[in-house]
Amino acid sequence: MTIPASWFLILAALLFGIGAFGVLTRRSALIMFMCIELMLNAVNLTFVTFARTMSDIGGQTSVFFIMVVAAAEVTVGLGIVVAVFRRRASTSVDELSELQG
Amino acid sequence: MLATTYAIPDVLVFAAATLLILVGAIGVIAMKNPVHSALSLIMSLLGVAVAFLEQSADFLAAVEIIVYAGAIVVLFLFVIMFLGVDKSKHPHVEPLVGQRWFAGLGVAITVAGVVFLMANSHWVSGVPSTSTGGTALAPGSGNVTQLGDSVFTTYLLAFEATAGLLIIAVVGAVLLARRERTAEVDEATDDLEVIIDDWAPEETEEVDS
Amino acid sequence: MSHLAPLIMILPLAGFLFVLVNGRSLSNKVVGLIGTGVVGLSFVASVITFVLLLHHSSRQVTVNLFTWISVDTLHVPAAILVDPLSITMSLFVTGISTLIHWYSTAYMEGEKDFRKFFLYLNLFVFSMLTLVLANNLVLTFVGWEGVGVCSYWLVSYYFDRDAAASAGKKAFIYNRVGDLGLMAAMFLLFVHTHTLTYLGIFSSTSLLSPTIATLVVLSLLLAATGKSAQIPLFNWLPDAMEGPTPVSALIHAATMVTAGVYLLVRMSPVLALSSSGRMTIAIIGGVTAFVAATIATAQKDIKKVLAFSTVSQIGYMVLAVGVGAYGAAIFLMVSHAFFKALLFLGSGSVIHSLGGEQDMRKMGGLAKWLPLTFPTFLIGWLTISGVPPFAGFWSKGDVLTNVFVHNKPLWVLGVLTAILTAYYMSRLFILTFRGSERFREVTHQHDPHESPLAMTVPLLILAALSVLGGLLDLPWAHGFSLTHFLSPTFGYVAPSAAQSTMMQTGLALVDVAAAAIGLFAAFTIWRNTVESATFEKPFFEHVWRWDDAYDATIGRPLAHVAQFSNDVIEDGVIDGAVEGLGGSVRRSGEGIRKLQAGMVRQYALAMVLGATVIVVYLVGRVR
Repeated sequence: MTIPASWFLILAALLFGIGAFGVLTRRSALIMFMCIELMLNAVNLTFVTFARTMSDIGGQTSVFFIMVVAAAEVTVGLGIVVAVFRRRASTSVDELSELQG
Repeated sequence: MLATTYAIPDVLVFAAATLLILVGAIGVIAMKNPVHSALSLIMSLLGVAVAFLEQSADFLAAVEIIVYAGAIVVLFLFVIMFLGVDKSKHPHVEPLVGQRWFAGLGVAITVAGVVFLMANSHWVSGVPSTSTGGTALAPGSGNVTQLGDSVFTTYLLAFEATAGLLIIAVVGAVLLARRERTAEVDEATDDLEVIIDDWAPEETEEVDS
Repeated sequence: MSHLAPLIMILPLAGFLFVLVNGRSLSNKVVGLIGTGVVGLSFVASVITFVLLLHHSSRQVTVNLFTWISVDTLHVPAAILVDPLSITMSLFVTGISTLIHWYSTAYMEGEKDFRKFFLYLNLFVFSMLTLVLANNLVLTFVGWEGVGVCSYWLVSYYFDRDAAASAGKKAFIYNRVGDLGLMAAMFLLFVHTHTLTYLGIFSSTSLLSPTIATLVVLSLLLAATGKSAQIPLFNWLPDAMEGPTPVSALIHAATMVTAGVYLLVRMSPVLALSSSGRMTIAIIGGVTAFVAATIATAQKDIKKVLAFSTVSQIGYMVLAVGVGAYGAAIFLMVSHAFFKALLFLGSGSVIHSLGGEQDMRKMGGLAKWLPLTFPTFLIGWLTISGVPPFAGFWSKGDVLTNVFVHNKPLWVLGVLTAILTAYYMSRLFILTFRGSERFREVTHQHDPHESPLAMTVPLLILAALSVLGGLLDLPWAHGFSLTHFLSPTFGYVAPSAAQSTMMQTGLALVDVAAAAIGLFAAFTIWRNTVESATFEKPFFEHVWRWDDAYDATIGRPLAHVAQFSNDVIEDGVIDGAVEGLGGSVRRSGEGIRKLQAGMVRQYALAMVLGATVIVVYLVGRVR
C-alpha cells in the first residue's frame, strides 16, 4: 500500500505556507525569490500527487512546464535584482517604494 | 500502527522527504546569510525530488535536481556572490507594523483551511472515477515515455511556446544585467572606441546623449 | 420610362454636385448655365416621362432604385412612384424652376455668393422632386426636410442682415413643428399598417380604425400647416421674404409651400376615412385664406403683400382638399404657380429697377418705365383677381364651386376672400404702376430701367401660361381635363360638383362679381391715396397680432423656464451634482492613496489575507 495522497498534499500545503510566510517577512529580494521557488515546488508536488491519484499524465506535464517558466522567471528576476543593485547597492524591496500614492 | 497499514520503506522514504523539505524550507526563511538560505533551498528541493520519486515521477525528479538544484540555485549563489552582502542597516527590525503577525496568522489560517477543505472533500480519496479522462498512467515506475508522448503531442503548442519564452527571458536578462552603454564606452579599450567611432558615429552620439 | 424617371431627380443633383466640386474654377456665367441647364433637362425628362405615362397601360409605375432600409418588418425602398399626380407635380416644379433659374442668372448677377445661390437652388429642386416622386413616406420625408433646409439657407441668404438671419431661423423652427406632424403620421401608419409605401398604405386602409384615421389626418394636417404656411403656423412665410426674390417666387410661392397640399392630396385614400378630419382641413384652409387676405390689404412692402396672398391662395387649395375636390386643389396649385411666380418675378423686376426698394409708397407711375414688366404684371394681377378668361378665374372658380356644393358657410368665406384678393392686388397694382412717381428719391432722380432679357423673357412665358392655364381644366372638358387625368390617384373624389350648367354659370357670375367689387373698391380708394389709416388697419398690418400672441403664450413662458433652469437647475442641481461627485472622488482618493505605500510586501500580505477570506468563506460553507 503506497502512501496516501493526503499526506503529500498536507506536506505541500505546509511547504507553500512556509514559502508564503517567507515572501511576506523577508526583505531581501533574493530570499523572496527563493521563497517563491518554494511555493512553486509546493504546487509541483500537488500536481505530481494528483497525476498519480487520478492516473493522468497531464499533471506531470504541467510540472514540466512550470519548471520551464520558473527557470525563465528566475533568469529575468535575478537580472532585475542585479540592475536594481547597481543603482542602489541594496536588494531590500522596502527601499523600492517610489511608486507610492 | 503505520507499519501495519503501509509498507515500512515507503513510510521511511516519505519521512525522509518530509524532513528534508520542511527543514530546508524553514532554513530558507530563517537563515541570516543568503548563502545559507540558498544551501537550505537545495536541501528542500532534494526533498521534493525524493517525494517525486516516491510517486513514480522519475523523470521529473531528475529534472528537479538538474534544473533546480543544479542550475537555478547555482544562479542564485552566483548572484549573491556577485552582489556581495546586503547592506541594509537593521536587518532584524521589521519596519512594517504587524507585518509578521498578520503574515503568520493569514498563512496559518489559509493553510489550515485548505487542509480542512481537502479533508472534507473527495480530492484525496484517490477514487479513479474522478479522473479527468486523460491518458492513464502506466503501472510501475517507467512513465517517461508517456510524459514524452504527452509533451510532444497533446501539449506541443505549449512546448513550442516555452521555447519562445526562454528566448525572450534570455534576451531580457542580458539586457537587464548589461551595464549601460556610457559606462561601457568609458571603460572600453581604445581600439573598441575607435571601432565604434569609425563604424557608427551617429549611433554613439545617440547613445551618449 | 423606368430609366428616364430617376433622371428627373438625378439631373439637378448632378448639377449640384458638379458645381459643388468644381465651383471655384467656374465663372458665374458657367455656373448659371449649368444650374439652369440641368433643371431644364430635368423638365425635358419629365415631359418625356409624361408622354410615356400617357401611353402606359396602368398609369402607375414604380421604379425601384435600391433597398434603403430593411429592418425587421420595416422595409423602405428608395423607389420612385410615377403616376399622374407625381408627374403633374414634377412637370410644373421643373418647368417653373427652369424659368426661375434662368431669371436668377440675371437677377443675382453681381451678388458675391452667386455660386452658392445656384448650389442651393439645384439642391432645392432635387429635394422637391424627391418629395413628389418618392413612393413612400420616408423618402418623401427626406425631400420634405431637404426643401426645408434649402429654404432655411436661401431665406438666410443675406445672413449678414439680422432680419434675414432670424427669418431663416423662424422658418426653420415653424417647419420643425410641422415635421413633428409628418413623423407622427408615419409612426401611426406604420404601427397599424406595417408599411410606409403609399400603395401599401392605400391597400391596407381597412386596418385603420376611424379614430386612428382621424389622428393620422390631423397629423398630416399639422405637417401641411407647417410647410404650406397655414393657420396656426403661417407667419413664417411673410418673414421668409427676406430671401432673394427668385427664392420667394420659386420656394415660397410656386413649389415648396405647396408640398403640404401635395401631401394631403397624395394621402387622399386615408383622408377618405375621416370626415371630421376633412372638415378640420376645410375650416383651416378657409379661415387661413380669409385671414391672410385681410392682412394683405394693409401691408406696405410689395413682397409682403404677395406673401400673404400666397398664404391666402394656399388656403384655397387646402379648403379644396378639405371638401374632397383634390383635382381642383391641384389645378389651383398649378395655375397659382404660374401667376404667383409671374407676380413675384415681376415684383423682383420692379425692385431691381428701383435698386432694391420694396416699399410701395415709394413706387408709383412705373408703367411707362417698364414696358415689358408692366403688361406681364397686368396679366398676373388680372389672373389672381379672378377676371375671366385667365387661369385664376377657372381654377378659383373650380374650387369655389366644389366648396359651394359641400359647405355653404365656407363658400361665403371663400367669396369674401375673393373680393379681398381682387382688392389688395389692385391696391398693389395701382400703388406700383399707376399714380404719381414717388421713386425719384430712391433712384436719385434717375429714370428706372427695364430689366435684362433673361429676366423679362421668363416673365413673358409665365404671362402666357397664366393666360392659357385655364385650358388645363375647363369645366366642360370632362374627358380631357386635369381632374380626369389625376382622378385615378384619388381615394375619394367629391361627387360631381356641377349639378347643372345653370348653377355653374350662376356661381361663375358670383365670382366675376366678387372680382369686380374688389377692383372697383380698390380703384375708388387708392387712385389718389398712398396711405390711409381707415383702410390699413394696424391690426391687419401687424398680422392680427399673431406673433405677439405666440410671444406671450409660448415665447415668454419658455424664456421664464429657461431662465429658471439657468439660475436654479444649472447652478444647484447640475453643477452641484458634477462638482459634488468630483469633490467626493477627489477626497476619497486622497484618503485611499495612503494605502498605496509602495511596499511590495504589504501588497503581498493583502493578497494573502484576501485568499484567507476566501478560504474561510469556503470552510464556512462546508459546515
